[in-house]
Amino acid sequence: MRSYALRRLALAVPVLFGVTVVVFLVIALVPGDPALAILGSYATPESVARLNAELGLDRSLPVRYLAWVGNALTGDLGRSYALDRPVLDEVLERLGPTLILAAAALGLSALFGLAAGVASAVRQNGWVDRAIGLALLLGVSTPSFFLGLLLVLWLSVGLGWFPTGGMGALFGGGGIADLLRHLVLPAVTLAVVATAILGRLTRAAMLDVLRQDFVRTARAKGVEEDWVISVHALKSALVAVVPVIGLQAGYVLGGAVYVETVFQWPGVGRMLVEAIGRRDILLVQGGVLAVAALYVAINVVTDLAQAALDPRIEV
Amino acid sequence: MSVLARLLRQPFAVAGLALVLGFVALALAAPFLPLLDPNATEPANRLAAPGAAGHLLGTDQLGRDILARLIFGLRVSLAVGVAATLAAALVGGIIGLVAAFYGRWVDGALMRLVDVLMAFPYLLLALAVVAALGPGLTNAALAIAIVNVPFFARAVRGQALGIVRRDYVAAARLAGFSDLRILVSEVLPNVAPLLIVTAATTIGWMILETAGLSFLGLGAQPPQADLGSMLGDGRKVVAAAPHVAAAPGVVVFVLVVGLNLLGDGLRDALDPRMKGAETGVPQPATRVERGRAASGTLGHEASGALANSVLDVRALSTAFATPRGSFPAIRDVSFALRAGEALGIVGESGSGKSVTALSLARLAPTPPGTIVSGEVRIGGDDVLDLSLDALRRLRGDRIAYVFQDPLTTLNPLMRIDAQIVEAIRPGPGEGAKALRARARALMADVGLPDPGRIARAYPHELSGGQRQRVGVAMALANAPDVLIADEPTTALDATTQGRILELFARIRRERGAALIFVSHDVGVVAHLCDRIAVMYAGEIVEEGPARAVAERPLHPYAARLIACAPQLGQPDKPLAPIPGAPPAIDARPDGCAFAPRCDHAIDACRAGPIPLEDAGDDRRVRCIRWRELLGEAA
Repeated sequence: MRSYALRRLALAVPVLFGVTVVVFLVIALVPGDPALAILGSYATPESVARLNAELGLDRSLPVRYLAWVGNALTGDLGRSYALDRPVLDEVLERLGPTLILAAAALGLSALFGLAAGVASAVRQNGWVDRAIGLALLLGVSTPSFFLGLLLVLWLSVGLGWFPTGGMGALFGGGGIADLLRHLVLPAVTLAVVATAILGRLTRAAMLDVLRQDFVRTARAKGVEEDWVISVHALKSALVAVVPVIGLQAGYVLGGAVYVETVFQWPGVGRMLVEAIGRRDILLVQGGVLAVAALYVAINVVTDLAQAALDPRIEV
Repeated sequence: MSVLARLLRQPFAVAGLALVLGFVALALAAPFLPLLDPNATEPANRLAAPGAAGHLLGTDQLGRDILARLIFGLRVSLAVGVAATLAAALVGGIIGLVAAFYGRWVDGALMRLVDVLMAFPYLLLALAVVAALGPGLTNAALAIAIVNVPFFARAVRGQALGIVRRDYVAAARLAGFSDLRILVSEVLPNVAPLLIVTAATTIGWMILETAGLSFLGLGAQPPQADLGSMLGDGRKVVAAAPHVAAAPGVVVFVLVVGLNLLGDGLRDALDPRMKGAETGVPQPATRVERGRAASGTLGHEASGALANSVLDVRALSTAFATPRGSFPAIRDVSFALRAGEALGIVGESGSGKSVTALSLARLAPTPPGTIVSGEVRIGGDDVLDLSLDALRRLRGDRIAYVFQDPLTTLNPLMRIDAQIVEAIRPGPGEGAKALRARARALMADVGLPDPGRIARAYPHELSGGQRQRVGVAMALANAPDVLIADEPTTALDATTQGRILELFARIRRERGAALIFVSHDVGVVAHLCDRIAVMYAGEIVEEGPARAVAERPLHPYAARLIACAPQLGQPDKPLAPIPGAPPAIDARPDGCAFAPRCDHAIDACRAGPIPLEDAGDDRRVRCIRWRELLGEAA
């Protein structure tokens, strides 16, 4: 297992390298005067000149890339001139809320997506299957920014069950209960699309597994049908589904951009949208880099989880 | 059946097609419709409710007509979605084709690039691109197209890899055609359906995401408006006038639902295999619908119920549903088994021997199978009458199975001892530890070396023979009355086959369970079993004591089958394969099913169903000429 983990980690290195190149190019290829773009509308001629020197824009692209990566590795992602603070500080502060939101949404989607997929597959082509299939199709077609608005309008503004936005103050007296009250609507909104995608994949994986001979063997042994489905079939289906949960994290982290905007959730997604609006390029760069690195790490973890589930994967 | 016909057969896809066509028509016709100017402001008439005079859907915060804006916004969203999809398909398609065609470092480099693009959370990369290029509808669409390129590249490359290795591509290369010409004329047509499916299933996403960027204020900029930016504007007044946001929201949702319904339908129509629904997944037990069979009880009278039988099968028929209707896979199968007796069922592939074996505990797959007539009595109970729960308790306890390929029949993710323990019915107060001890004892019983090690192993860590011994151990767990082995040695090499057969012979001696041994190998069966039943085209054509049938078969098919089996110790015996092939399940004749391949067939053989006749000496045969043929042979 350990050697497999090391090999999987090693595979992540070139991917991370590529990610840094792409993120670097985003700023390097910004049309016009990069220093002006970075400093945004707050720029004075002196600060532009200073930044140009700081960024070493007279040097070649590879040299600038190496300098940038070197700084990034030591935690220096540059400075947000609009916010007047280091990018890293801002990104780290915003990453926590996004992680809470994304984890809640992924958890919900794994729970309901697996349940829907299994229920659908064991009743293949029956009316339950068709109903779930239609519901999942509606789910993948849902614009989460619109769903969020509807939920706020109905459950927060209309019925007053939930706050209309914000995250609540965990350490400001609200405690966990207050956080959860603020979390419900954004997490549900974010989970809808992921649930639908996962439900469809789980159904397909279960249909594949239920056709296999060992399911018949289990039934021939007189094993309870619930056990056949939940242990024999579902565990095999999970081998195919778990890596997809890792990919789901990508949709969830991306979708968080909308949801955080609608619910004023103080996460990285909203930070990015605001930073793009201010042309705060270094903050965008740092935020995208952090989330992409997080995503690469999540996929390493789900691949390891898959290896732990399936003894046939060479470890 | 054409793609269009298959598409139109799916009600959901038709609904999707209707929605999409409706939206497209609306978008195309927008300039010609009697609509108000979508950009004409009317400050006196701001946020008018739907149904207000002159404004069917009301007005927005600038007093602009929502209906007109909606239809023109739809036009923009659709155009942008289509453009982004085409761009992604074009670039992704080229990357995929080039990577597959040139292989080596070109493939490696392009695929690493794709990997890196996919290493970003989907929308984040789009945000980064918009951040670099600046907000705007074109840039947003470009960003969405870029993040979708990898899906097209991967799909196309996967398909094209199979095609570039084909002979006709090699031939085109040898003929000196240019690479471009080969790609366009030989490879592209083969990946086109996949390209269309990928486009059809991703266009909904792309419209959704582009609208999302506009909603965030990063896409369409005023005065330009798409559905997303309308929704974003509406959000600002959502509490006071929810209809301003609701109208574009609903239209985006319904449009994407339509596109996704159509995309799914198109995928299923272009590649029916991808649906995987040709045959459904097997249900926990074969469906029983007796009384549907019109065939009566041919041969039933001859089955002669045995007084002390542990298994009594009468007139069992299992039908399989096919696209052309339901046809019997096995018909009027009757036999009985005493305690300790072994019956061998032999026949070619498709003779119905496995369906017979599986039907006894209702393990024949439904769909497509349905048991349409007969009885399966085990100690007085008719298995076909049992509730699902009673059937489950019977399985593995009184009737147990050993299947063909032990690699696929054992659960690859479960340790061996867990799979054996699962087969054991615990006695009162028997805990996990006691069950594991019993599992070890069973493993020792079936001759597995080092049970301690093998208990903790996974199936892929064992040899084929070891795996099959595990299968036997599971089947013996509760000392069943009837043990059914369905070609248990077919997937094994010759030496291992011999050892497993020895195991079955020993089990017979020591356990006294009745055994049904299904095989295509007459020699094996004659050696192991007391009785033989020969099956052809779903029917028993001959049944009797093993030695008698093997040495002096009465039915012409049984005779041919035995003649073409190689015999140990007689390597020079000429093998005479039977010319022709058995009839397909849906093309079986009314009369004797073997008549078309039989040297002795006469008109009377083809006239109608042939009964299974008592031939004396405890033998039965389904041939009207067996007496004559016996006389000729003598």
